[in-house]
Amino acid sequence: MNKIFKSLNDFVNGVQDEKENVHLKHKNKKHHEKVLTERIEDIVESGENKGFNKFYNVIAILLACVIIACMIYTVSFLPSFGDPTNPANNEVVQAYIENGIRDTGAVNFVAGMILNYRAFDTLGESTVLFIAATTVIILLFKHKTKEEEKAEQLEEAKYEDKHDLILRHGALIVVPATLVFGVYVLFNGHLSPGGGFSGGTIMGAALILYNSAFGDNSTKTFFNYGIHKVIKISALSFYALSQLYSFITGANLIESIIPNGIAGNLISSGLILPLNICVGFEVACTMFGFYSLFDREEI
Amino acid sequence: MVSRLFTNYYETVSIIIFGIGFVTLLLNRNIIKKIIGFNFMDTAIYLFLASKGYITGRIAPILLEKLGDTNLAGYQAGTAVPNVQNYINPVPSGLVLTGIVVSVSFTAFFLALAVRLYREYKTLDMHEIISIMNREENKE
Repeated sequence: MNKIFKSLNDFVNGVQDEKENVHLKHKNKKHHEKVLTERIEDIVESGENKGFNKFYNVIAILLACVIIACMIYTVSFLPSFGDPTNPANNEVVQAYIENGIRDTGAVNFVAGMILNYRAFDTLGESTVLFIAATTVIILLFKHKTKEEEKAEQLEEAKYEDKHDLILRHGALIVVPATLVFGVYVLFNGHLSPGGGFSGGTIMGAALILYNSAFGDNSTKTFFNYGIHKVIKISALSFYALSQLYSFITGANLIESIIPNGIAGNLISSGLILPLNICVGFEVACTMFGFYSLFDREEI
Repeated sequence: MVSRLFTNYYETVSIIIFGIGFVTLLLNRNIIKKIIGFNFMDTAIYLFLASKGYITGRIAPILLEKLGDTNLAGYQAGTAVPNVQNYINPVPSGLVLTGIVVSVSFTAFFLALAVRLYREYKTLDMHEIISIMNREENKE
């Protein structure tokens, strides 16, 4: 018995010695030789940990308080809320509202602004979404072998019948209504509140609900990775090409062949409706892509 | 000064929300909570922008006249102009839209990074991740 204890003791001591050696080696480095992470580790692993944390918390709260106090002090000098004579309500606003319908044909001034006057900015937004979706795919997409896929499908089939009955029947009613509402918001972007981003989000929500109610396999019959890719890339490239067209015509003072139509009609206001549809599909695909990537690492 | 803060109460509240988000970002060690703090800060900025665009008693910048109104043809032909006095400022609305899209994008990106970190280190605590990283480095 004693022997065992002794050997155990030796073993523990040995481990400790080794640890100490590593630690000594680590400690013997001069301050300037250490990289930042090593220095942080020094602080974290040594006894100062708690003290440092307290210090950090106090400093953080103080910093936050100072910043908030500065900003609140600034708020007290801002012009009054809701005052029509605010400096923000200047000739830019007047120009957007007075010339908006003549220039763009859109009854919704915000849609006319973001998809005609500043459509380049919206192209940037769509690109940001596209890049975010791409990076999430890079980070989370799992390339599965055929056997893994089969095993997963079997697993899925096991639970498919046991999906919540209430959810399924509810989804049967809610999903078509949501999709139709999404399409309505998308197509009326230049007539009423809404447009590509909000309509696309509603459509994406409908897809997510369908997916969570009916499972992967039935979603894959109409929406898989290939379709996702095609829709997203074609929507973004159509947007970019149509913007290229309006840049070329605008820069050379050529009259655009796309008519503005009669303001207030569904098919009117030139390129705004197609651009809204492009943005909407892009957003719907991205939303559904985020959901399914976070859920099961594939689309 | 305090009375000004009550006049501009939307802005004041948005600054307070910004502060809550900022403190959450600084004090929490959990990565998910840091992301939530970031989103708080975004929301505060939307509130601030939207309140800057608001004008008391006016409606959203969508034309009042419906289809078939006689004025509408005049607006489009350029012979008449809509009354600016009816509508709020449309510029902040467009800016908020941009902000929302960017915030959605980076939230998804951060969360994907958090998923990868969790898979690698089995924890979401920043300090633990750093110490595990250092231990691995020292082994090499």
